[in-house]
Amino acid sequence: MKKLISIAAAALGLVAGAASAQTYPQRPITMIVPFAAGGPTDVIARIVGDHMSRTLGQQVVIENVAGAGGTTGITRAAGAAPDGYTIMMGHMGTHGAAPALYPNLKYDPANSFDTIGMAAGTPIVIVAKKDYPAGDLKAFLAHLKANDTKTNMAHAGVGSVSHSTGVLFTSVVGIKPTMVAYRGTGPALNDLMSGQVDFMTDQIVNVAPQITGGTIRAYAIATPQRSPALPDVPTTKEAGLEGYEVSAWNAVFGPKGLPADVRAKLVDALNKALSDENTRKRLLDLGGVIPEGAERGPEALQKLVESEVARWTPVLKAAGAVAN
Amino acid sequence: MGDLIANLGLGFGTVFGLIPVDIPGLGVVPIPLNILLCFVGCLVGTLVGVLPGVGPVASIAMLLPITFKFDPTGALIMLAGIYYGAQYGGSTTAILVNIPGEATSVVTTLDGHQMARRGRAGVALGIAAIGSFFAGCVATVFIAAVGAPLTRLALIFGPAEYFSLMVMGLVFAVVLARGSILRAIAMILVGILFSTVGTDLETGQERMTFGMQFLSDGIDFAVLAMGLFGVAEILRNLDHTEVRDVVKQAIGRLLPSMQDMKDSAKPILRGTFIGGILGILPGNGAVLGPFASYTIEKKLAKDPRRFGQGAIEGVAGPESANNAGAQTSFIPLLTLGIPPNAVMALMVGAMTIHGIVPGPQVMTKNPSLFWGMIASMWVGNLMLLIINLPMIGLWVRLLKVPYRLMFPAILMFCSIGIYSINSLPTDVFFIGLFGLIGYALIKFGFEPAPLLLGFVLGKLMEENLRRALIISRGDMMTFIERPVSAVLLVIAIVMLALALLPSIRKSREEVFVDD
Repeated sequence: MKKLISIAAAALGLVAGAASAQTYPQRPITMIVPFAAGGPTDVIARIVGDHMSRTLGQQVVIENVAGAGGTTGITRAAGAAPDGYTIMMGHMGTHGAAPALYPNLKYDPANSFDTIGMAAGTPIVIVAKKDYPAGDLKAFLAHLKANDTKTNMAHAGVGSVSHSTGVLFTSVVGIKPTMVAYRGTGPALNDLMSGQVDFMTDQIVNVAPQITGGTIRAYAIATPQRSPALPDVPTTKEAGLEGYEVSAWNAVFGPKGLPADVRAKLVDALNKALSDENTRKRLLDLGGVIPEGAERGPEALQKLVESEVARWTPVLKAAGAVAN
Repeated sequence: MGDLIANLGLGFGTVFGLIPVDIPGLGVVPIPLNILLCFVGCLVGTLVGVLPGVGPVASIAMLLPITFKFDPTGALIMLAGIYYGAQYGGSTTAILVNIPGEATSVVTTLDGHQMARRGRAGVALGIAAIGSFFAGCVATVFIAAVGAPLTRLALIFGPAEYFSLMVMGLVFAVVLARGSILRAIAMILVGILFSTVGTDLETGQERMTFGMQFLSDGIDFAVLAMGLFGVAEILRNLDHTEVRDVVKQAIGRLLPSMQDMKDSAKPILRGTFIGGILGILPGNGAVLGPFASYTIEKKLAKDPRRFGQGAIEGVAGPESANNAGAQTSFIPLLTLGIPPNAVMALMVGAMTIHGIVPGPQVMTKNPSLFWGMIASMWVGNLMLLIINLPMIGLWVRLLKVPYRLMFPAILMFCSIGIYSINSLPTDVFFIGLFGLIGYALIKFGFEPAPLLLGFVLGKLMEENLRRALIISRGDMMTFIERPVSAVLLVIAIVMLALALLPSIRKSREEVFVDD
């Protein structure tokens, strides 16, 4: 009898599974963005989600759950039912730096999620106040090393992208500048423009307008290729700095245990969005880098998460950075 | 001057221009789309401003996807309309139900709500609308004329200057609170203490969170304000059996009398000036505007005791200041590309979604967007006056709704509103908790307004103090060596010294008075 019931249940399950494959999605899909509306991750999620809605035939609704460097929103999304109706936009901080920064983290970036794929990265730019006495990156690095203790590096708060990438920069270059924390990129930039602080590293979308406006200067962009948004800024490699290539990537994840067919539909919708001319243009206008070919899809993202956790943990631990 | 007129001409041309729109069934028809969007923005803004708790941040975030369909100029005109529309609407709630929706309307509750309690709700709303309209008009011209050069002011203000500015603000609050000066200081200190809860900015260590994750980002201003004012006010109203006095009295005239206008004229002028200047400062310098205006009006008044008892100057000045500040806070956004507060940060997001990178080059690269937005502010202010004045009767009639029906609605809107900001259930619990604390404070004769001020200024003060000292490598002289900072500190010390002179002490006035 017991056996019969379990067979019946399995059969029902199969039917239900088949039904879900045909009909998913039947209602709007919530994409949790773990940051406040208006920031780079939110903007990328909205641009990509807008096109995914068209492929999926259901609205992708953005829900901003901000807090604790993005880990509040990701913790909540990780605990959601793995039915494909709750997905999330994770990023370099929540799925790379967080394990080092938050000892009590309630999720494991590499094992608590089913990866969907990379959405877009925003390159990191090394910027300094406009009258910094160095003509190019080499002179800048030399000046930094000579004036180590006198230099002030700004960042947007422990756990922010500018903080993690800044810490990485100081460890690659081998300097220990004084760190000045701000609540967000805006106020940090303001003090950089007025020369209160000397330099910082941040996402291109945050600093490009001030660079083109001439109120701050850029020494290098930390990507293999130059960005069309800032064609005059050399890459770190071109300018003579090895080992500092970093981008604030944003990627779509689902909670662990998504049905294979649901996951496949989401992967497909994301791929279509990233191949759409209009969506690409909007991402590129932001200075974003769009993943191509092998960089797309769930497997590439899984590998990236594992390598990012391995990359950030020792750097941030060595710097003694803890967020709680 | 010629430039100014040409620029404003371009702006108004953009606002009133006809744009061909494909209307289903009618084909492509040229309609004045931007002006319609401006109207929709102002209307939505007024509504969300009036509903307690549903603030401009939440509503702009919710409406962001809709703007995908419009061109960026129209979209931003609409979003800006929501922002300053909400400032108008927020005053309505502050006056009628004593809930400050934003830090800038805390001061309006002091005399505005007292006016409502004395049957002058209509006049209070009327003068708030007129003052805001005047401030909005002046601020528009101000932005157009001197916006760009004035951004240099924003760059003079570093951490040391901000710290001194906040010290001055708190000294004003202490010096001018009379009678229960000790209680006022106590409340300010409690406010500062509350502001230190959460993850420490410099070290990343958690402070006073008791290991609870939802406290790691500190206490939200909206949660604190809604609990201390909104929920506490409801509890207080419920504990005495009489229904509210407002309801029993005549609503009174809606439009202010000649005498009211005469009393308000100068406060409106001064409020506009102060609010406009402080609004330019990034880092939310605008929160000081209404408060500074209130302090000054009280200082200048012949009979300062009327303040806190429903003085019309106490509404006219701060309301003008907060509207002027709301508009001039677009200056750092449009010229430096730096958002001074959460709403402006959302506007940056809205711009980037539309492919416009905010910053110094917007003015030259997208002149029709820049000047169109500025012109739309003036048009929007006119619309708000037209929307609001006839609607005052409607809002005031809300007061006639029996309180047993009204308070559940207010509680519901507060809960929904607070949940919509961060989607955190704990925020809803917390407005209840702060409501109880606020009720206890009122019962023991402590006023919640100084607490809220301490909370708002405390955070900025601590962070800027530490930042300034880190940059100066621990040298306290930095606050004196920097001229702007030194001047602000001297003003603070003079105010304090004056307060300590006994003769002046007698005439010290009350800034914060609850009944």
